[in-house]
Amino acid sequence: MRNLVAAFAGALFGAGLLLSGMTDTTKVQGWLDIFGDWDPTLAFVLGGAILPMALAWRIAARRGTSALGTPFPPPNRSGADARLITGSVLFGAGWALAGLCPGPALASLTFGGAGGAVFLIAMLAAMLAAPRAGRWLDRTLPPKEPPWTSAP
Amino acid sequence: MPTDWIFGLLGGLCIGSAAAVYLLCNGRIMGASGIVGALVDGSANNTWPEKASFLAGLVAVPAIIANLAGGSETHLTGNLAVIAVAGLLVGFGTRLANGCTSGHGVCGISRLSLRGIVATAVYVAAGGVVMVIARHGLGLI
Repeated sequence: MRNLVAAFAGALFGAGLLLSGMTDTTKVQGWLDIFGDWDPTLAFVLGGAILPMALAWRIAARRGTSALGTPFPPPNRSGADARLITGSVLFGAGWALAGLCPGPALASLTFGGAGGAVFLIAMLAAMLAAPRAGRWLDRTLPPKEPPWTSAP
Repeated sequence: MPTDWIFGLLGGLCIGSAAAVYLLCNGRIMGASGIVGALVDGSANNTWPEKASFLAGLVAVPAIIANLAGGSETHLTGNLAVIAVAGLLVGFGTRLANGCTSGHGVCGISRLSLRGIVATAVYVAAGGVVMVIARHGLGLI
């Protein structure tokens, strides 16, 4: 049942990414191109996505456990640390350069062509290397939370 | 264009509903980088079937819709070096920050999570700066 729901959520997520234009790199880059030909579409995507989710968090707060029995993820109260900021800067840079983030990169797997495949392979390789780099970072930028596995 | 905005809003509602289903039924935060990253680096442990099922839906449904609609195009740059660097930055950055546009942007902001709000503000700002440098300065993209 958990896997069926997960597949359904993934399917709905993928349909939403395609419908909203998030798999179109010109839309994403147009949103980030504030000083160029700015495209505000992404604000509508984010706004539309936050609405049902804000409602879901309210329902979750009242219920205590999910429908399939798993407890809801606790809020992360560790605040914004150096790791969060550094990672977000790097992610933002890559997002601007290609116009793809992880969800759309996967959603466009079948029609992204050679470029899409190169992006995906590089992204997966970096994700594979990240925990190792993270352990090195633990020594240089001590985290305030359990690394790599915690919820955002 | 207003048509694009309407499609953006409808697509956004689908994305948010997907996150709501994943949270309320499975008790999980729908973060694309977290789900893929945990599968890639092996930290998914016993939750891997759930994560793999999510990915199957995420890849299959856009493929089917795009096919029925007569194909889709991502408009990615032809510069493979830029794409490879971008992929490395996205993969590493999202794992370091523990989230991307779905985890921090959709699930974090809607929960009024400080980390989600800060992360989203930082990656959008960084993206804007890199866009100025790479497009208007260097003419790279």
